[in-house]
Amino acid sequence: MIQFENVSKRYPEGHDALRDISFTLDRGEMAFLTGHSGAGKSTLLKLIMLMERPTRGQVSVAHHDLAQFSRDDIPYHRRRIGVVFQNHQLLFDRSVFENIALPLQISGYEPEDVGKRVRAALDKVGLLSKEKHNPVALSTGEQQRIGIARAIVHKPQLLLADEPTGNLDPTLSAEIMSLFMEFNRHGTTVLIASHDLALISRMGHRTLTLDQGRLLRDGRT
Amino acid sequence: MAGREPVKRGAERQQRPTRSSEAPATPPSKGAAKHKVDLSAHSKSWIRHHKHTALDSLVRLQRTPLPTLMTLAVLAIALALPGLMFVGLKNIDQISAEWNGEPKVSLYLHKTLTDQQAENFSQAMLLRPDLAGVELVTREQGLHEFQRISGFTDVLEFLDNNPLPAVVVVQPRESRKEVLLKLQTELAALNEVEEAVLDMVWVERLASFVALANRVVLVLGILLALSVLLVVGNTIRLGIENRKDEIQVAKLVGATDAWVKRPFIYTGFWFGLIGSLVAWLFVQTSLLVISDPVERLVALYQSDFQLQGLGVVDSLVLLFAGIILGLIGSKLAVGRHLREVEPQ
Repeated sequence: MIQFENVSKRYPEGHDALRDISFTLDRGEMAFLTGHSGAGKSTLLKLIMLMERPTRGQVSVAHHDLAQFSRDDIPYHRRRIGVVFQNHQLLFDRSVFENIALPLQISGYEPEDVGKRVRAALDKVGLLSKEKHNPVALSTGEQQRIGIARAIVHKPQLLLADEPTGNLDPTLSAEIMSLFMEFNRHGTTVLIASHDLALISRMGHRTLTLDQGRLLRDGRT
Repeated sequence: MAGREPVKRGAERQQRPTRSSEAPATPPSKGAAKHKVDLSAHSKSWIRHHKHTALDSLVRLQRTPLPTLMTLAVLAIALALPGLMFVGLKNIDQISAEWNGEPKVSLYLHKTLTDQQAENFSQAMLLRPDLAGVELVTREQGLHEFQRISGFTDVLEFLDNNPLPAVVVVQPRESRKEVLLKLQTELAALNEVEEAVLDMVWVERLASFVALANRVVLVLGILLALSVLLVVGNTIRLGIENRKDEIQVAKLVGATDAWVKRPFIYTGFWFGLIGSLVAWLFVQTSLLVISDPVERLVALYQSDFQLQGLGVVDSLVLLFAGIILGLIGSKLAVGRHLREVEPQ
């Protein structure tokens, strides 16, 4: 599903965010990306999302070489991916329903279809009753789950998460992680960037460890 | 980074409509029929988004009434000023077309003509349909007048005979310069006429005044149109700034540039449309306010002048000018500022 071949990323200021990274994540696989802050986790996810382009090397998603995607192709690439952020990036000027519906509306789904899918996604994260609420009125954990619902509402083949449990206490973190495992069991490829080593080691999944832009370790913890 | 193959990129593009509108859950293998359905669904969703966005951007304007009203007032004034000046020009044109009292052609007759022949000639002139008035000044009358005005009574007494020719002063019906010049040549060619002199001063003054006014209106119109562009552009720029989060999230979940731009383009459209409607009201109200004094003035001059407002065509021009300026202003702002808002 994701393939990195000798990928390096140097930012214009001269900072090397990634150095010669190579790994493959198979379809249906679930993996963690870990390392200190500044180790390059976010940069790696940004390369997959085409928010950044690599300085050297090749990134492929679903056998498409991302270097061949022009600026105009980027939106269509992103529609196949679901992303969850640490700061959830919810919009507070609209309801929970409208937040989750956004990716579907952008992709041009029929309104009736949108309703069904949004409720299905809300059901999966256990917040069906909060449909009409404003995200502001929800707890941090609930907001994060709304963010996850928005990431999976269009049933992406690939789900990326950047520190999805960053602001949450251990119990909530475990709940969120079990949600990701649930999606993975249904066939979604999942890649989660997290520095919560204790939590990751309990999960027993493949873990890619980054250190100063290098891939230090690749294996189960 | 590997080299980009244009062929493959083209292939990617063709897949887009399918990919964007196809529900991922449905099986992708239905061939051409499926593709057709997807395209129509795609255009349906495109129309739906246009409708939704058009309405939504109008609702958003209502949500911030004070800034919206202030922007609209500035736009309306900037559009109403050229409108008013245009109406003024139209009315001046009307006055100058009606102004048939001034231009005169003086026909200096040959001195060999007798008074009777001069009289006959002026009678013949009276029959011409293109002349509104004919006045004969005989040699005798001319002499008297000259003596009266110049005071050279003594000098003239030295002369044996009257040195002045008989003059027929004619008043053309038309006051346009080309017509007058043509008439002058025509009259000068007549046997009895030695010289035809056209009194063009007033006609030329008026014509050059109208030309100058036209140019001033054009220049001011362009400046005010630029100010409309700037006002709309700046308002849209602020709008983009305010909706930065939304734009970033939308781009992250796969919004195209066109999708992100659409609400702002519609905002520009509404500003242009409503601004020009209010400008139209400004112009027509101003005309109502001055119509009474104008009528009184016109009555004093016993003219059949009528104050003209914006006609149907002019009103439509004003409306379209507003809309187009709104659209251009928003397009410029969106093109310049939206690329800066990329997800971080």
